[in-house]
Amino acid sequence: AMDTDLSSQDRKDLDKFIKFFALKTVQVIVQARLGEKICTRSSSSPTGSDWFNLAIKDIPEVTHEAKKALAGQLPAVGRSMCVEISLKTSEGDSMELEIWCLEMNEKCDKEIKVSYTVYNRLSLLLKSLLAITRVTPAYRLSRKQGHEYVILYRIYFGEVQLSGLGEGFQTVRVGTVGTPVGTITLSCAYRINLAFMSTRQFERTPPIMGIIIDHFVDRPYPSSSPMHPCNYRAGEDNGAVYPSVEDSQEVCTTSFSTSPPSQCVFTVTKAHFQTPPPVVTDTLKVPVMGLAFSHQLSSSRLSYQPAALGVGSADMGYPVLFAGGLNAAHPHQLIGPGKEGGVPPVPSQPAHGTQADQERMCTPLDGVHYSAATPSSSEDTETVSNSSEGKCGSPHDLLETIFIRKVGAFVNKPINQVTMANLDIPFAMFAPKNVELEDNDPMVNPPESPEMESPLQGSLHSEGSSGSSTGNTHDDFVMIDFKPAFSKDDILPMDLGTFYREFQNPPQLSSLSIDIGAQSMAEDLDSLPEKLAVHEKNVKEFDAFVETLQ
Amino acid sequence: SCALSSRCCAPSSAAPAMNCRAEVLEVSVEGRQVEEAMLAVLHTVLLHRSTGKFHYKKEGTYSIGTVGTQDVDCDFIDFAYVRVSSEELDRALRKAVGEFKDALRGSGSDGMGQISLEFYQKKKSRWPFSDECIPWELWTIKVNVVNLANEQERQICREKVGEKLCEKIINIVEVMNRHEYLPKMPTQSEVDNVFDTSLKDVQPYLYKISYQITDSLGTSVTTTMRRLIKDTLAL
Repeated sequence: AMDTDLSSQDRKDLDKFIKFFALKTVQVIVQARLGEKICTRSSSSPTGSDWFNLAIKDIPEVTHEAKKALAGQLPAVGRSMCVEISLKTSEGDSMELEIWCLEMNEKCDKEIKVSYTVYNRLSLLLKSLLAITRVTPAYRLSRKQGHEYVILYRIYFGEVQLSGLGEGFQTVRVGTVGTPVGTITLSCAYRINLAFMSTRQFERTPPIMGIIIDHFVDRPYPSSSPMHPCNYRAGEDNGAVYPSVEDSQEVCTTSFSTSPPSQCVFTVTKAHFQTPPPVVTDTLKVPVMGLAFSHQLSSSRLSYQPAALGVGSADMGYPVLFAGGLNAAHPHQLIGPGKEGGVPPVPSQPAHGTQADQERMCTPLDGVHYSAATPSSSEDTETVSNSSEGKCGSPHDLLETIFIRKVGAFVNKPINQVTMANLDIPFAMFAPKNVELEDNDPMVNPPESPEMESPLQGSLHSEGSSGSSTGNTHDDFVMIDFKPAFSKDDILPMDLGTFYREFQNPPQLSSLSIDIGAQSMAEDLDSLPEKLAVHEKNVKEFDAFVETLQ
Repeated sequence: SCALSSRCCAPSSAAPAMNCRAEVLEVSVEGRQVEEAMLAVLHTVLLHRSTGKFHYKKEGTYSIGTVGTQDVDCDFIDFAYVRVSSEELDRALRKAVGEFKDALRGSGSDGMGQISLEFYQKKKSRWPFSDECIPWELWTIKVNVVNLANEQERQICREKVGEKLCEKIINIVEVMNRHEYLPKMPTQSEVDNVFDTSLKDVQPYLYKISYQITDSLGTSVTTTMRRLIKDTLAL
């Protein structure tokens, strides 16, 4: 490609536009498959962070997945960015529905103005994408996801693979934008024989809740990217430790010039700023746990904040989702507790024959085990999330869970095959086994002292204790026998330890006992009228006495 | 604001001007589906033909505001579409479509009509000549209202119209993708000749909506009702 015609600033701008266009494309597609209506606000004053002058929210995990898939590259000839949308039933059968492809071809438009025309056309293309994502069959399916099936996404970069769409798939072109380095095309190939899905009635049985909270837990970001070198923005992707949000975000303040067209000035300022974890709850409402499946998509975990975890199930601090996978071979991330993205070794399930596939496609799917989340399951998730909070306080130490997925008839790729074990107890798999709860450690948090009868009594006890815990019953305090130096046991026929134990609980003083106190009080009160009568009788004497004092 | 200028503007002719791009879409819908179907198409077009608000700064540079979008579900059609997040714009379209629907229902109509969305530029003329309105894109939606006998037919119609509208959206996007003529980005003094700057949150290209109802004899136009909808709303 001839770069000589393109100024280096233009080239940089163009690369950045393409990169952010790719990221926004993924956001639009994934958000359109969440199953909820999207709503963003128009803003007359430019905020500087809305790429392409469109209010498209950024779900951090989705951006992360996209960046991971792109690995610092841009779409180029033969290297397309693909977003695969698939459907997965509660039985574990899955089916590819759509492949959205962002491709680049060699047809260059040298004359076009990068900072102006290309940018605006990319904006237009995103609008077209917004419109088109609502008109393919998968949209209506995704709006109805929840009980019987969920919609998943997967991003990959490289060759487009359409074989999973079945025969007779259709293609719709979203649009193209010519640039000096090639023509960007955006299209969607979608399966058409979905008719049977919409009229299917599924039985309602307990769902298998695959919960991926955080693929990124404990995944340190090396300071230098291990992947392909970034040749245009070296510092951007690497070195940014990933909490749940972008550390540095390219800010695009669009500034156009209208004075002679040849002088189109497009200023892009890069601002590195910390954005707070975006809680995208105003646009993508996350459902209550009881309706856990309305957001069966990786990106739906919007209240992706540690603070939200452990909160009651009414808060979607713990949404249910299935993650998109990382690469072609592993579309679903399997994470075991305490592992760094490792795949737990499990025996594979026998694959179904192709004939069975055909039959499965056309016949009703019986015996689907699926149901709405039960209260017990939400409790479990609360337990799980609580435990992760106790684990540590860093923002990205969220819960790691296992995503169990049964290989079903529609899967024709060699994916990690996992058995669904112990599914009669939902969440049994998900309870973290390795987490030590600090709360349970008596050395850190001593148990509550028992009720004291008097404060003084309590202090007597605590003075005597030499252990780390506050005064309590002898059960909680273990005194180790030892021979103290220089101690003699001639005065008392016992050693220090015995002595201590002996006199650990002396009887309380009678005057401090409530009963006695109460008794004397009662007596006092009773005798009061009598005493008053006596004093009244002697009032003269008292007066005389008082006078002597004056 | 465009209130005054649209009055000064001479009405565009029935046929599009020579350089004006014209697209025609046809739909057959049930009476109660008319509004939603029209809104879906008009909003989809305007989504592509609206930008953020321009803010002009020194030296002829300008910055552009942000356009938000939202999903709209149809009640009478198995369909959803995306529109620009602007209540003003939505109100304007609803008003126009409402009038069109009423006219379709009115006497003398056998349920056929068309609604047009025209994008134009203003060309200032010297006094005493009024400004010219030069259309550069015209979208016409031809509507045929059908009457259905029973609930089952209505259910089928819901789905079928939904599918048809999906096709229309794809058609619209194809046209938009051609990247054909768009008015040049205007200077501050010219912006009102290209864009409708009266809305507070978005900035569509200058547009007009008009409609025609075909009479029962099916002749092309016996009652021509032209409304400059923006006129009414500009007040």
